[in-house]
Amino acid sequence: MLSFIFRRLLQSVFVLLAVSLIAFSLFRFVGDPVAQMVGQETSIEDQEKLRERLGLNDPITTQYARFVGNLSKGEFGFSYRTRQPVSEMIISRMAATLELGTVSLLISLLVGIPAGIYTALKRGGVLANVLLVTTLIGISVPTFVIGIFLIYLFGVELGWLPTFGRGETVPIGWWQTSFLTLDGWRSLLLPAITLGVFQLTLTMRLVRAEMQDVLKTDYIKFAMARGINYRSLYLNHAFRNTLVPVITIIGLQLGGIIAFSIVTESVFQWPGMGLLFLDSIRYVDIPVMSVYLVVIALMFVAINLLVDILYFAIDPRVRLHSAHE
Amino acid sequence: MSELLNINDMSVKFPTRFGEYTALDSIDLAVKAGEIHGLVGESGAGKSTLGAAVIGLLPSPGYISSGKIDFSGKDLTRLDQQSYHRLRGSRISMIFQDPQTSLNPLLTVATQLVETIRQHSDINPLDARSRAIALLEEIGLYDVEQRIDDYPHQFSGGMRQRVVIALALCTDPELIIADEPTTALDVSVQKQILELIRTLCTERQLGIILITHDIGVINEITDHVTVLRSGRVIETGTTGDVLGNPSDEYTKALMAAVPRLDKRLDRFKNIVAEDLLDSEDNSWRLPSASAEFASQWLLAEHQREDSRSSDAGPVVSVEHLDVTFARGQPSWIKTRANFKALSDITLAVRPGEILGVVGESGSGKSTLAKAIVGLVSPSAGTMTFRGEHLPPRLKRHRNHVARRQIQMVFQDPYSSLNNRKSVEQIISEPIRFYGLANDEKLIRKLVASVLELVEMPQRAMLKYPHQFSGGQRQRIAVARALVARPEFLICDEPTSALDVSIQAQILNLLKDLQQIYGLSILFISHNLAVIWQMADRVVVLKQGELVETAETEQFFRAPSQPYSQMLLSETPSLELIQ
Repeated sequence: MLSFIFRRLLQSVFVLLAVSLIAFSLFRFVGDPVAQMVGQETSIEDQEKLRERLGLNDPITTQYARFVGNLSKGEFGFSYRTRQPVSEMIISRMAATLELGTVSLLISLLVGIPAGIYTALKRGGVLANVLLVTTLIGISVPTFVIGIFLIYLFGVELGWLPTFGRGETVPIGWWQTSFLTLDGWRSLLLPAITLGVFQLTLTMRLVRAEMQDVLKTDYIKFAMARGINYRSLYLNHAFRNTLVPVITIIGLQLGGIIAFSIVTESVFQWPGMGLLFLDSIRYVDIPVMSVYLVVIALMFVAINLLVDILYFAIDPRVRLHSAHE
Repeated sequence: MSELLNINDMSVKFPTRFGEYTALDSIDLAVKAGEIHGLVGESGAGKSTLGAAVIGLLPSPGYISSGKIDFSGKDLTRLDQQSYHRLRGSRISMIFQDPQTSLNPLLTVATQLVETIRQHSDINPLDARSRAIALLEEIGLYDVEQRIDDYPHQFSGGMRQRVVIALALCTDPELIIADEPTTALDVSVQKQILELIRTLCTERQLGIILITHDIGVINEITDHVTVLRSGRVIETGTTGDVLGNPSDEYTKALMAAVPRLDKRLDRFKNIVAEDLLDSEDNSWRLPSASAEFASQWLLAEHQREDSRSSDAGPVVSVEHLDVTFARGQPSWIKTRANFKALSDITLAVRPGEILGVVGESGSGKSTLAKAIVGLVSPSAGTMTFRGEHLPPRLKRHRNHVARRQIQMVFQDPYSSLNNRKSVEQIISEPIRFYGLANDEKLIRKLVASVLELVEMPQRAMLKYPHQFSGGQRQRIAVARALVARPEFLICDEPTSALDVSIQAQILNLLKDLQQIYGLSILFISHNLAVIWQMADRVVVLKQGELVETAETEQFFRAPSQPYSQMLLSETPSLELIQ
């Protein structure tokens, strides 16, 4: 187990190095950074000085080594647009995105898994079919349309929930949380639902398909023939066996939610990393964009490591296999 | 003694789009306590449906349309779902075919046993656990205290089946339905499991319904036997009577089709008038395509080659062959733990002979086949084909002559044919690939002819594999291997997925083809009786090592090695059949 985690961490380092190389090339080769930093009236000599000071005249390998070195020390440089340190900007936005992602994941799991099990067991039932069809609508309508529709219904017509921003937040150290205020929760609800609908449909259909497969297996038939009560049969015997593929997909999706919540964040003006990324693109704020890339890659790597560790918890065959090695 | 189970005039129907399909038709069956009642029949006979009907787990949408199932005075067909479910496990239980798949892989043996025991009796977990331990000891598991907390995959096949039996028994049921309980096991393990079932039946006064397609198993342990065919009872009676003196034609034919160890036949008797030869299928023919045409085409090649190599050296020979599989992922720190699938195998196949390869599962039979055909790389040793060096897997170029001349027929005809291709595409592929014919018309004619040669209607070439039964698919697989005009054919368990009657047909076909074309065949089977009927010489493998090579006659009369003797003695005998 430990050697497995160690090996995965080693692999992760290579993944991150590769992503940082892409981020670095973005930084250095998409246009001239100096030209974007300075105004039109700056003299060529001053530009040259700035270039020298930023180390842009050093060999490419030195520059890349410095870039990776700075990243590993947590020095992410400064934004072209706001002149703030990039690390501060990302951290202040990260809390918002992570909270949004977590809540939408919870919504999708808490609704998607029971709905998936239910629709697998009641095949062809009225409620099961209604669930399948309505969630299909959810997955076929683009996210922003759902967001706008929710804003219109709950924000404008009914006036129950706020339509933009995070509402009131409470600082816990450097982390600004909206979990501790009613206003924060009210603001969180609509964007979280918008983001969660897609994931919900996917989870539900995946759980349903896996459940249907597992219910056909001999060990479920055998458990049925032994008169094991239906509750334990479905939840303990059958559902547990669907977990490995379900967790794999959910893990990948969670990474996607966090990384690409851009549309939702922009619809709800949610001050998260997605919105920051959008603004950075608009102003060609390359330092922010490249750090964003690396941070997202780090998250994907971390989530996938977590998923792999969960396999160990779920499936004894994986545990044993690695013990043999 | 009164009857434990009495099925009276029961019919089971499955509604389909095309009207109701009757799976079981007025079945009468009685089982006493302390008796093993065998249900035998070919696939589709309704054996498993009968078992499922008794335990109330008929697959949807099947239902019992008429009749009664009387179980110790209660009519099971009148039970509601809930009380039926309480009955399952506590009074009626079931043993499934494949111990690899019938245990939940994520729960320990202890968890599964304790849950089942506590489901049906009100005792605390610790008592349930000690009961489970006692039961596993009775069943014949070793080191129960330590092993009970293991997961199913940590046990061998035979031990797993014992766990399955323990699970079925742990609640003291009165009736057990055993659906092919030993089909997935090796003969030696099969014998132990059958003995265990017999002992439990007698000691605990259980009623057991034993479903099997294997007459050998029926002969070995059942008291009564019922022969089913297409959902009807053909014959029923004590095992001695039915096997020794069958009154029905079908039963007689069924017995005759079983390969046996005590008699060697030239041909098996065909049981069923071939239902595939219906008039609609036969009316469609390609002009001038015929079995004779295929035969001539196949022979033309041989005559040419015979004149070239008339010396009687071996077709294929293998010397000191090792095959090693790496376990786990490569690592810098540790050397890989390796698994030797074959070690130091030396054998030769003479021209025109059938060399039988026998051994239990894991003995390396299939690995040997794969190494010769070029699917697996040997780690040491040499192979020759007609006296010339035969390069291993990747080094054997795709237009190396042996790629064509060595062909293979796989075990499972359901997965060895591409379902997305028509039979014509499947069979014509080798012709095109090896450039044996270029004219489109000729290729079509060849496909039609070779189908006729393997006793299939020519029209089959227009259809897709899923439209055929297992036996028909295996014929298509044989046809595909034949059109490459091979010199050497490898058959890896070609009939073990098939019913005895179909097996008889395929074996006859292979034998005929071998005699006509002088093919050399490497014939792999775990079934000694089949080998005895087919092979000229026999090779015995045990855990990757060659134990014995002998002429078939001599091997079956007096095997020299203890392992071979054990294999022979553990094959179920058919002494009751005349």
